[in-house]
Amino acid sequence: MSTRALATVVAVVLVVALTLGAGALSLRRARTPSEYYVASRAVSPATNAAAVSGEYLSAASFLGIAGLVLSRGATSLWYPVGWTAGYLLLLLFVAAPLRRSRAYTLPDFAELRLGTTAARGAASTMVVVVALLYLVPQFREAGLTLRILTGAPTWVGAVVVAAVVLVNVTVGGMRSITLAQALQYWLKLAALCLPLAFLLVHRTGGGGVVLERLRDPRWLEPVHGGQGLYVTYSLVVALFLGTMGLPHVAVRFYTNRDGRAARRTTVVVLALLSVFYVLPPVYGVLARAYLPDTPVPGTGAADAAILTLPGHVVGSTLGDVLVAVLAAGAFAAFLSTSSGLVLSIAGVVGQDVIGRRLPAVPAFQVAGVLVAAGALALTLLTGGLAVAQAVELAFAVAASTLCPLLLLGIWWRGLTSPGAVAGMVVGGVLSTAAVLTVTTGAVPHGGLGVVVAQPALLTVPAAFATMVVVSRLTRGAPPAHVARIMVRLHTPESVALDREGFRARGAED
Amino acid sequence: MSAEPPRRVARVTVTAPPTRRRRRTTITSEIDAQTQVGEVYVRSLVRAQLRLALVVCGVLAVTVGLLPVVFVVAPALGDIHLLGVTLQWLVLGAGCYPVLIALAAWYVRRAERNERAFVRLLDTRRDPGGRP
Repeated sequence: MSTRALATVVAVVLVVALTLGAGALSLRRARTPSEYYVASRAVSPATNAAAVSGEYLSAASFLGIAGLVLSRGATSLWYPVGWTAGYLLLLLFVAAPLRRSRAYTLPDFAELRLGTTAARGAASTMVVVVALLYLVPQFREAGLTLRILTGAPTWVGAVVVAAVVLVNVTVGGMRSITLAQALQYWLKLAALCLPLAFLLVHRTGGGGVVLERLRDPRWLEPVHGGQGLYVTYSLVVALFLGTMGLPHVAVRFYTNRDGRAARRTTVVVLALLSVFYVLPPVYGVLARAYLPDTPVPGTGAADAAILTLPGHVVGSTLGDVLVAVLAAGAFAAFLSTSSGLVLSIAGVVGQDVIGRRLPAVPAFQVAGVLVAAGALALTLLTGGLAVAQAVELAFAVAASTLCPLLLLGIWWRGLTSPGAVAGMVVGGVLSTAAVLTVTTGAVPHGGLGVVVAQPALLTVPAAFATMVVVSRLTRGAPPAHVARIMVRLHTPESVALDREGFRARGAED
Repeated sequence: MSAEPPRRVARVTVTAPPTRRRRRTTITSEIDAQTQVGEVYVRSLVRAQLRLALVVCGVLAVTVGLLPVVFVVAPALGDIHLLGVTLQWLVLGAGCYPVLIALAAWYVRRAERNERAFVRLLDTRRDPGGRP
């Protein structure tokens, strides 16, 4: 076994041990349903903000952005900006009301606001679709990372991540995950900073720099002319609006103490993300200058190339150790995002599918096993796209389905259950069809191909328009409960008002 | 809760019995009963919060949101270098983030202010004397 392989294995084992250790430490095993689903809502804003950031910064952020900057250049810089701005929109429109709704999951919110099982079912379906689209690239990237660095078969990394996530989720639920994820934010930040410091010091040593590659005008351009403007705005819409519709992000807001804490947590999250997101593009630029050849754009090869960068620049044993540090950060990213995703799908599947036959906690555990196994099977069966792009497609689906449900549900009394369901079906079918076309590599040439590859700019307005039009058509007398729900969503908790009427399934507060 | 010594209050004779209407005039009870008056108060809070969110959203749209158009219209920006980096890379790679954080912090201050105003409104009217 080479030094690099050995160092990588040690680093991955340490991260896994840290994750499981943090999980074990933070509990006296979670026992009640509310601890499983939302950590009994007793997490401080600082810890919660680090946990939100730790959960959010996935393989796409850690390796994907750097890989895309390396192969594509400035057009990829919109990804980190969009992923951060998504939190600003979430803060403006969703954070406090969602916390005040006192629902556990997005389907809970749909049922609370719209009062029908049809709306709940549509939201549940979309949560599962979005989370799976997001989860599969994480598993795949884990496999890729281990293969590149140790020569292990691709399935090994995916299985390791799935197994660790499963242990953490089923044993501890949200409680154990919160602390583990707060730690993982700092771990990821350190894992980017440390090798970068060495890279910048060694850079002055020079030798083998390919500066011409940095002067390529097309690589330097942030928006390509012609269709570039459509592509950029479609990406921006997907990223800005998709964040609020991600199930693992939404579920995090229920762990805040109240609506005010939810807002303050979000501001800290924005700051933490901003600090982090400055770093990956620097890796992309350095990789462009120092790696012997530029990988093909749009494949996983560029993501993997980032991992080997310290080996090329620094060399010797120190280089291998720095590669292992990057690998540790990458695994922290795979584990934290996957945990959050499995948790959020398990919450939905556990409540809606299995929950009627089993008590809440066993239902949650069984659902976790099913979800992780299913995602693992999908990972091994499907082919690879660059991780940042694969994840962006999940954002496009979320922006076309769960985002309009939240925005209109929170701010517009006129939204009806048929309207919401119709909008989610239209947005969901259009965006999912586009995503499947892209992942199977069947994208047509020309204008249609551009739209299919980046669908959000059309599918998001289509979903909003459908929700509004169908709601208008099915408008009856305004149901009394909508007024009560507006009171609950928007008034501060300090005012003693009647907010009764809905309890999340399995809730006990 | 408070450490103030109990104040001596002169005993006064109540000269008129409390009217039945007085108990109904608290806004919280109006809201709970879903009367039109209660609705007006809740709607005003929701509108204020929505207006604020849309204003911040608008600022985001004309700053970060207009960048793609600016980059296409003025490609000459790519010739400007600061610290060896082109202006476009600097703005996208680092410059956007302070704007996002500042907008978020400003929004939270204003949103909490709106909520405090709402709570105050309910508190002053809840006082049976009716005077703040």
